[in-house]
Amino acid sequence: MTYTIILNSPEETEVLAATLADLLEPGDLLTLEGDLGAGKTTFTKGLAKGLEIQRMVNSPTFTILKQYSGRLELNHFDVYRLENSDEDIGFDEFFSSEAVSVVEWARFIEDYLPKERLEITINRQSEQGRKLTLHPIGRRYEKICRELNL
Amino acid sequence: MNKDIYILGIETSCDETAASVVKNGTEIISNVVASQIESHKRFGGVVPEIASRHHVEQITLVIEEALQLANMEPHRLDAVAVTEGPGLVGALLIGVNAAKAFAFAHQLPLVGVHHIAGHIYANRLEQEMEFPLLALVISGGHTELIYMKEHGDFTVIGETRDDAAGEAYDKVARTLNLPYPGGPHIDRLAHAADKAVTFPRIWLEEGSYDFSFSGLKSSVLNYMHNAAQRGEEVAPAHVAAGFQNSVVEVVTGKTMRAAEEYEVRQVIAAGGVAANKGLRHSLEAAFKAKGIPFYIPSLPLCTDNAAMIAAAGTIMYEKGLYGTMAMNGRPGMPLMSWI
Repeated sequence: MTYTIILNSPEETEVLAATLADLLEPGDLLTLEGDLGAGKTTFTKGLAKGLEIQRMVNSPTFTILKQYSGRLELNHFDVYRLENSDEDIGFDEFFSSEAVSVVEWARFIEDYLPKERLEITINRQSEQGRKLTLHPIGRRYEKICRELNL
Repeated sequence: MNKDIYILGIETSCDETAASVVKNGTEIISNVVASQIESHKRFGGVVPEIASRHHVEQITLVIEEALQLANMEPHRLDAVAVTEGPGLVGALLIGVNAAKAFAFAHQLPLVGVHHIAGHIYANRLEQEMEFPLLALVISGGHTELIYMKEHGDFTVIGETRDDAAGEAYDKVARTLNLPYPGGPHIDRLAHAADKAVTFPRIWLEEGSYDFSFSGLKSSVLNYMHNAAQRGEEVAPAHVAAGFQNSVVEVVTGKTMRAAEEYEVRQVIAAGGVAANKGLRHSLEAAFKAKGIPFYIPSLPLCTDNAAMIAAAGTIMYEKGLYGTMAMNGRPGMPLMSWI
């Protein structure tokens, strides 16, 4: 089962992500796929707002991981730079922690990802418009998608 | 006359393995940098796995060389300063552990330095700092405006809300099929361009000192995308020039406005993107016109190095801000004042 949502602006992306954040529990894992400029960081900023994180959430491309504290802890990964690499920076430990994890360009670390997760794909429809596809794997994530009432 | 202070600096937060001996926080005795840019070129970016392995291979050699060039016996050192964060976790760990081992073996104090504080203090190796001071730190991982009332006092008054400037440069360079690192190639193309595409200037809300480069990156991608759909040829130089013009205008504008509002006595730029010719010329011209002293360290001190870590570490050492053997690499370390 997949869910599709059309979003007309970056603001709508942020609002949807913040709504999703309300449904998250410790240890949840979201993966984000989408081309450069699709809005993966925008989505994560919305999610962080929903998690009541006050600090500036900006691109973790350079350091691969940035960590934040709010209602829940958030691990924001961008593994863009792990393409052509099989480095394990200790993913297991991060994914089994109490923090919510968001992974941009998750396919570059496929081998280290737990099976159960919420896969989110952002596709560019127009300059502002995006199509968001949610693919829940596992009961926990199917429940989140149902609760989103899409 | 106070005794001279000699600090060994170690830096491994990204792709340079570096060690340096600095005297009194102002004088470089030795400065050794082993860069990995060559080995990252074929992947179009830093590969952290390779970065960590290179650091492991290089770190003891680099430290030994720094000590040898400085003709410095470990027992004559006063402390070891190391980049504690932010950076790549695997890379930071190697520097931190080398520093801990060295400090423990030679019974020296250990000082953990924030990478950005290091970039700012690089300036002190060439030019004494004058406060209040404004620092523009602009690199692959950072774009920040930092106000300093005095040594060790940092207030971040603006930062990027999305991509760092250098990251935007690398990503735009990648879409233009330019080699890594992309910044110098865009700079060079922009310099030689006879025309520039007009891209938006992202100023954000009035009065904000924050930056945003993601929207500019998207504009460039949209431009390329639209041209491809119409089957038009894109002139990479025109795109490079348009992109660079937008970055330079916004960065210069915000830095200038902050310098005036905070009435600083000195403005310094630091970080790899500070080496960009277009940005450098624009900042120099703007501050010259306003009569505000403006400095950019020479290129080897703009990019990552360990002398800057030793320079910042010297002041922390003087303040007695020592770390413990429990020190760890902190990938997301925030910039905090030392006071």
